[in-house]
Amino acid sequence: MPVDMELEAVLRPTQYPMVPYPPKVVTLANGKKMVIRQAEREDVPEILKSVHPCLFIERDYYDVVSARLYGELLAWYYYRAKSPYCLIGQVDGYLVGAVNGRLENEKVGMSYHTLAIDRGLRIGSHLFAAKMEYHLEYLGQEEVLVVAESPIGFRRWMIEYPLKPSKIPHELGGGDSWVLTREIYEKAKPRLVVGDRPVPADLWEVATRHILFADEDTIRERIAGLKGR
Amino acid sequence: MRDVAIIGVGMVQFGRRDEDTLLDMLAKASLRALDDAGMGDRGVDAVYVGNMAAGMFQHQSSIASSLVDRLSLLPAAADTVENGPASGGSAIKNGLLAVASGYYDYVLVAGGEKMREVTGWRATDVVATMSHPQVEYPYGITLPGMAGMFTRLYMEKYGVTREMLVTVAIKNQAMGGLNPYAHVEMAIDKEGIYTSPHAVVNNPIGADPLHLYDMCPVSDGAAAVLLCPLELAKKFPQPPIHIAGFGQATDTHALQEREDPTDLKAVTLASQQAYEMAKLKPSDINVAELHDAFTILEIANSEHVGFFKKGEGGKAALAGKTRLGGPMPINVSGGLKARGHPVGATGVAQAVDLVWQLRHALPKERQVKDAQNGLAINFGGFGNNVTALILRRVQQ
Repeated sequence: MPVDMELEAVLRPTQYPMVPYPPKVVTLANGKKMVIRQAEREDVPEILKSVHPCLFIERDYYDVVSARLYGELLAWYYYRAKSPYCLIGQVDGYLVGAVNGRLENEKVGMSYHTLAIDRGLRIGSHLFAAKMEYHLEYLGQEEVLVVAESPIGFRRWMIEYPLKPSKIPHELGGGDSWVLTREIYEKAKPRLVVGDRPVPADLWEVATRHILFADEDTIRERIAGLKGR
Repeated sequence: MRDVAIIGVGMVQFGRRDEDTLLDMLAKASLRALDDAGMGDRGVDAVYVGNMAAGMFQHQSSIASSLVDRLSLLPAAADTVENGPASGGSAIKNGLLAVASGYYDYVLVAGGEKMREVTGWRATDVVATMSHPQVEYPYGITLPGMAGMFTRLYMEKYGVTREMLVTVAIKNQAMGGLNPYAHVEMAIDKEGIYTSPHAVVNNPIGADPLHLYDMCPVSDGAAAVLLCPLELAKKFPQPPIHIAGFGQATDTHALQEREDPTDLKAVTLASQQAYEMAKLKPSDINVAELHDAFTILEIANSEHVGFFKKGEGGKAALAGKTRLGGPMPINVSGGLKARGHPVGATGVAQAVDLVWQLRHALPKERQVKDAQNGLAINFGGFGNNVTALILRRVQQ
C-alpha cells in the first residue's frame, strides 16, 4: 500500500511521550505464572491472530469487545490512534489476554478493552488492574475513563473497585463514563493490584522469544466452555 | 416393602448450558438413564422430578408433566418435588417409596435446574428464598452469608483452619478436572489461591472467612436414575445397585433458633436412619458424596455422618484421608464444588456418581477401588431438611 508521508503527517494524531510499562509477573489460581508486559506496535499482527477467533463468540459479548479491540489495534498499527498502548498477558509464552487504552490528554486516560482469552483465572482482573496501574502510577495521570460492554466487566470494574459514575461521554459508544480516580485507585490497590518485579529471567526469556497462540478451537473452548458438546 | 434398585443412570455435563432449556437438559439426562437401563420401548409407571425454582428462574411450573410429555412417557404419573437444594434427594425418596410399596414397578427420577439464565446475584437471591421469610431473608441474608457465619463458628469451636478449607477446594477441583460431567474442570494450586500474596485477587473473600474457591459455582444441569424392584433388576443389562438405606430429617428453619448452630442435627439423624435401614455403620461406607456447597460443609458433614469425630474432619482432609486412595474418599466426583450445583439436580447427580462408583465403571484415576457401599448427603436449606442415601453394590 503506497504511503504518502506528507499526507501521513496530517492523518497521524500527535503522540504524548509515554514511559514504558514495567513488566511484572503474577501467580494465577492454578499456580501458573503470567507475565504482563507492554506489546510493541510490531506485535500487533501476531496479537490479532488470537483476537480473530473471538470475533465470532457471542457469549458474554466477546464478539463486540473483540471487534472493537481488533479495530483499535489496527488503528495503532496504522498510526491512526492518539497515544495508544496495549498490555498483554502470557503464560508459558502463550497469549492469554490483552488490554488496551490511550491517553486522552496528559491527565486523563481512556480505557478501551480487556480481553481474557483463558477464562476462570481472573486474568481479566489482573490485566485491567495493570492497565489502571500504568495510567496512574507510571504515566502519572489523575483519572481514567472506563465503560463496560458486558455484565462481567461491570461487576469487575464498576462494582469491585468501585468506579465513580460521571456524565462524561466515553469514546466507546458514547455512553456515560465511569471514572477511576487516584483516590479510588489507592483504596483498591491492596486488594486488586498485585505482581512481582522484576520478571525472573527465565520467564522473561520465554515471554519475549515469541508470542505463542492457541489454535482457534482451543480459544473457543477456553472462552465459551463448549467442551464435549 | 420391596427392595429397590437403580438400573439406569444418566447425566448431562453441568455448567453454563446456553444451548439447552431446563426441559432439554432433563430430557437428555432421562433418555440417557433409560438407554443405560436398556428399557427399549418399555414405558415407566411414574416420573418424579426434583426442581427447586423453575418458577423463579424460568417462570415455568409443572416440570414433571412437561417432561413426561416430552419423553413420550404418557400416561405415566408425574410429580415435581421441591425441597430446596435437597429436591433431588427428596425426588429419589418419592421414587423409592413408590417402588418399595409395590404401587409402581418402574419409576424415573430426574433432577434439574437452569440457574445461569439470570445473573449471579439474582441466582443468589433466588436460592436465598429458602431462608426464613421473617427473620432471615428480609435482612439480606444469603446462603454464602450463612455459610460464612457457620464457618466462623466452626473455626472457633473446632479449630478448623483456612488451610483445611483450601485443601478441600484443591482436592475437589482436581477431581472435577477428571470428571467429564463437571462444571469446573480447572485444577487450582495452594500457592495460587492461598500462600501467594497474589491470592488476594485470585481468591477474594466472598463471605468472610469463606473465599471464592470455598464456594460451589452456579450451574445448569440435570441427572436421572431409573428405579425398579430389585427382583426385576436382574433382567436388565447393568449391574443393579441396591438402595440399601434412606433417611430424612429436618431442623429449625431459622439458624438462630438452634441450640448450637454448628450442630447439623438433621444430617446426623438422616444418616443414622439410613445406616439403620441398610444395617451398616459409617466405617462400612467406601465412598461418599457429601453436599459441599461450601468447603466447610464437606468437613462438617463428614463429622456429622460419623466418618470422623467432631473437630477431626478438617484434620482428616488435611492429612489426605478423604482423597481418592485415602481411607474415606469423599466427593471423588468433584462434589458440588467442582461438578457444580444446579440445586434441583444435585441429589440425583450424587446418586448417579455413586452408581458409577459401585458399578466399578469409572476410569482408574476416578474409581474407588472395590467400592461396595456409598453414602450421599443432600443438604436442603442451611441444614433444615436433609436426605441421606446409601447405595450398595449387589453381589452377582
